[in-house]
Amino acid sequence: METKVEIQEPAVKAEIKTVSRKKANLKKILTYSAFVGPALIFFLVIQIIPFLMGIYYSFTSWNGVSSVVEWVGLENYIKIFKNDPKFFDSFIFTTKFMLASVIISNLLGFGLALLLNAALKSRNLLRTVFFIPNVIGGLLLGFIWQFIFVKGFTAIGNLTDLSVFKLPWLGDETTAFWGIVIVFAWQISGYMMVIYIAALQGVDQTLLEAARIDGASSWTLLTKIIIPLILPAFTICFFLTISMAFKIFDLNISLTGGGPFNSTQSVAINIYQEAFQNNRYGLGTAKSILFFLVVAIFTTVQVMMTKKREVEA
Amino acid sequence: MNPRYTKVTFLLEIIGIVLGVIFLIPFYFVIINSVKGFADILIDAAAWPQEFLFSNYLKVWDIINFPRAFWNSLIITVISNIGLVVISSMAAWKMVRTQGKFSKILFALFVSAMVIPFQTVMIPLMKLGGTLNLTNSIPGLIIMYFGFGVPLSLFLYHGFIKTVPIEIEESARIDGCSQFGVFWRIVFPLLKPITVTVVILNTLWIWNDYLLPLLVLQDAELRTIPLATSSFFAQYTKQWDMGLAALVMGITPVVIFFLFLQRHIIKGIAQGSIK
Repeated sequence: METKVEIQEPAVKAEIKTVSRKKANLKKILTYSAFVGPALIFFLVIQIIPFLMGIYYSFTSWNGVSSVVEWVGLENYIKIFKNDPKFFDSFIFTTKFMLASVIISNLLGFGLALLLNAALKSRNLLRTVFFIPNVIGGLLLGFIWQFIFVKGFTAIGNLTDLSVFKLPWLGDETTAFWGIVIVFAWQISGYMMVIYIAALQGVDQTLLEAARIDGASSWTLLTKIIIPLILPAFTICFFLTISMAFKIFDLNISLTGGGPFNSTQSVAINIYQEAFQNNRYGLGTAKSILFFLVVAIFTTVQVMMTKKREVEA
Repeated sequence: MNPRYTKVTFLLEIIGIVLGVIFLIPFYFVIINSVKGFADILIDAAAWPQEFLFSNYLKVWDIINFPRAFWNSLIITVISNIGLVVISSMAAWKMVRTQGKFSKILFALFVSAMVIPFQTVMIPLMKLGGTLNLTNSIPGLIIMYFGFGVPLSLFLYHGFIKTVPIEIEESARIDGCSQFGVFWRIVFPLLKPITVTVVILNTLWIWNDYLLPLLVLQDAELRTIPLATSSFFAQYTKQWDMGLAALVMGITPVVIFFLFLQRHIIKGIAQGSIK
């Protein structure tokens, strides 16, 4: 008896262990799903599945309405590359716009941050002022500035007699381009300012003090100490401005409607029109996949480039 | 550390104030002209109004059914925010606390989706939304905001939770608290700073969003504030008197929201971006 029990016991124990372990594992999976599941399901249904469907539709001639979806292989992509100059124009506009906006809004944002990092009495008030355009959506900002360009500038022009204010701001291809850049910079630079201020406040003051005692000029302090120390902030700000400028839609819809002569049509507007106004969903999704690739490449390259410099610093 | 207020600081102060005034000039033009008659605007847009007309506001209030649009925007923004906070914080916590390959891969998937531009998914999403009955309905739109908002919200929570010490959670578990109990009673209150940031970022985005509501909501009854305002501009182009009143009404709610919470908003934006 005694020996029997001694032999049996570990076996029984082991069995109980595997059963309870299985139960415990199941319970673990269940709680994991209960916590992560909801977020994952919404994310999959709203973003990942449509993304995969998009890849599929980009190889079809689907018009968005018919239930028959015909596979056409690479035809859409060939069409885009061969005979869609409007799409390329919109890409060129978007890229030019992105470059101009990234430079201007970051210069302005960083300048404002440096200014408001000084011990100004009005600095909290001014931070609020510069940030306000960000809380208003791009669409309404566009309408506001439409009025400023059309009526406001004329009024200022009559008062000051400056020729800048007498240009046909939204009626000419070049000025319309710069008009959108101005509005975008006006909106975004306050946001960039906030990020740069947060970074500037993290800079060790004793380091600057020491360099100043050693006779470094303000310019040297800025370029040799401050900027290298806050490179992570530049990475973030560039990433944000690049992706925001690339996806621009609301602002040109309300400001110029893509005109004059489609000169301010962004890629986002071009895709929207192709799908929902021309009812060419297949072609539209093919364009949107190309758009995704370009955005992904631009942002990854930029993050990699600035990250690398961060390590060096 | 308070440096002395020198002549240079004074000069910078003047520059700052001048720049601030220039920044605000567009608002001056919009507000001042929104209470003028049409003819008065055409004569001189920079001048002070000859008489204050509030009839522009009354007319626009009815034409765009402002209370309705305001209510729609409010309900969409509030419910989307609540949902996003709940699902993202829970998921992020579990993913941080369960070490392993699966959590890592999942996190990478969520984060990499942030590069997908909305235009890439919008066309098939409308097809899918039609099949799932999500189009032309406010609950459907809210569900879409859940899906689009998860990556950033989860990313922010994930970064924050990594800095929260695990010891309190462990002792609560030993005392017999369930996982849900631990999360809602102990962890969630600790996440308040990042929750504020998540809510602010999502509110500004959802309240101002134009393209998604434009695609999803067709009935005039369901219109949000950006949709209502833009419909006004499409119908009555160049009717500046009423158009400007519509704009002032459109931007007032979010500007008030901002002015009340500006300290938190500015702090939250800085926090959300630097993580």
